[in-house]
Amino acid sequence: MELKKEKNPKEYLNVDGTEYKTNLPDSYLHRQKYKMPELNLVRSFIPGTIRKIYVKEGQKVKKGDKMLVLEAMKMKNRLLAPLSGSVKKIHVTEGENVKKDQVLFEIDTESKQA
Amino acid sequence: MALKRKIQELQKRREEVLQGGGEKAVQKQVSMGKLTARERIIALLDKGSFNEYDLFVEHEARDFDMDKKVLYGDGVVVGTGTIHGRPVAVFAQDFTVAGGSLGLMHSRKITKIMDHALKMRMPLIGINDSGGARIQEGVNSLAGYGEIFYRNTLSSGVIPQISVILGPCAGGAVYSPALTDFVFVVDNISKMFITGPSVIKTVLGEEISMEDLGGARVHSTVTGNAHFFAKNEKECFGQIQKLLSFIPWSNNEKPQKIASRPPKRDFKIEDIVPADPKLPYDMRDVIKAVVDDSDFFEIMEGWARNLVIGFGRMGGRTVGFVANQPIYLAGVLDVDSSDKAARFIRYCDAFNIPIVTFVDLPGYLPGVDQEHAGVIRHGAKVLYAYSEATVPKMTVIIRKAYGGGYIAMSSRHLRADFVFAWPSAEIAVMGPEGAANIIFRKEINEAHDPEKVRKQKVKEYKDKFANPYVAAAKGYVDSVIEPGETRKLLLHAIEVSENKSISVPRKKHGIPPF
Repeated sequence: MELKKEKNPKEYLNVDGTEYKTNLPDSYLHRQKYKMPELNLVRSFIPGTIRKIYVKEGQKVKKGDKMLVLEAMKMKNRLLAPLSGSVKKIHVTEGENVKKDQVLFEIDTESKQA
Repeated sequence: MALKRKIQELQKRREEVLQGGGEKAVQKQVSMGKLTARERIIALLDKGSFNEYDLFVEHEARDFDMDKKVLYGDGVVVGTGTIHGRPVAVFAQDFTVAGGSLGLMHSRKITKIMDHALKMRMPLIGINDSGGARIQEGVNSLAGYGEIFYRNTLSSGVIPQISVILGPCAGGAVYSPALTDFVFVVDNISKMFITGPSVIKTVLGEEISMEDLGGARVHSTVTGNAHFFAKNEKECFGQIQKLLSFIPWSNNEKPQKIASRPPKRDFKIEDIVPADPKLPYDMRDVIKAVVDDSDFFEIMEGWARNLVIGFGRMGGRTVGFVANQPIYLAGVLDVDSSDKAARFIRYCDAFNIPIVTFVDLPGYLPGVDQEHAGVIRHGAKVLYAYSEATVPKMTVIIRKAYGGGYIAMSSRHLRADFVFAWPSAEIAVMGPEGAANIIFRKEINEAHDPEKVRKQKVKEYKDKFANPYVAAAKGYVDSVIEPGETRKLLLHAIEVSENKSISVPRKKHGIPPF
């Protein structure tokens, strides 16, 4: 395995306020950066096909309401509203093929009281 | 003359079976840079030492027209022989026969030789080259895998178990290697995964080649499933022979002692380590400066490189080394390096190999990814493994030993037998910058020139605590030593620990944070 001979590192790692000269390996540089969860965005957890959409944009929904059916691996998965609010936008149409982690719909919680 | 005829018949039968999957299949095997199963065993063992058994085993499958198929040796070669003149048991799957697929009789040949290895207390070497379960044999092939896994577990910590991946090893088959002590892979030949590229594509839409999913490089640098990487099969067999020169044949033995040799002159221990704890150096040079003939046999050199593990000899005796590596991630402990250290410590402990630990780390790797990946339970493995180990444990603190990292790296408190520190050692609860910022926060913030006061306080802390003498005053460090004395003191410590014996509470087994 041709591992790079990195005897003279040029990068730095900060531990407790001290900068240490070192090599930062790919596993560190390409680590998954933390993202705040966006509860109002519902994404496909698996690639598949949108079989049915139960709601319309602007419609008020309660947490747990049926939103749509995502078929994948011969299973029809019902996706439910994660929050109460109104349907801000639906990004997909019935019959559409979706990728993993694609945004399917957004819920607007701001206008819940309006 | 009837006996002569019977001998001729035996010879004819042998010849037939030794063809394996036939000329065409053998040609295909060779064209991929692979040796055949028997050639591999012959290349690995001492010349002329191999004896094969179960040559005439036949499968009993009847479904799917299997009764019409003859599979010579049922796709696996098993036997015993010697390496370095000492006995070993070996099996090699024969890809030329039904793709080396594992059916009931194939697995029985393997489990028979595994039972021999355990009974006779000799290492077991398994060469994996198989398309997987023989689907036609149904649940019988699953039973076969299960019987192998059970024996792997039973033999673990009793005899050395070595897995060599020289072809595909997919699905359930991967778990036998995963249960063994050392996994060897060869570039472009080894492929290991639970689910292959085609299933991943169908289910997740993710496209990836076999090589990128589970090739030799991936397992040596990304997953940590492989311990040794070789460019070709010949190099791989050399690595196995070298590994076997360091380890004992069972947990009842100590490794064989050979004549002591001094380290090579190229490794001058005083010139390797910079005095500034923020500057890096290659820890392997320090190890090479103390081991016999500067011969350090590194394990998992491509994975979790911020920690170095491997074997060397001191005074002719095998020693396991565990050391922080400042040229990678400043030598911190993290999820992967903790895992790497803990398993190796347990290996050394199981097989009566003393452990020498070189310490130079600023602590644990900060980050959300580390916390969420469970650095707490992974880090705990190191504490567990060192505390549990009853083999002689020698620790040398070279520079930084801060906070939890100090405790984890074979400190006196986890029952290291000998703790030495270089005069450059800094044994403290954290680095001077961080500590001064906390202890003197008020004074720094209220000062006219906060930066000036901060620098002054860092220096004060450094002068008072960033040294080995505070720990030495408490007896946590046995001796502050000159770098040039390291080999001499370690040799002595290993010698006086030869008959170390301690007792621990009786228990069935502990519950390590797996």
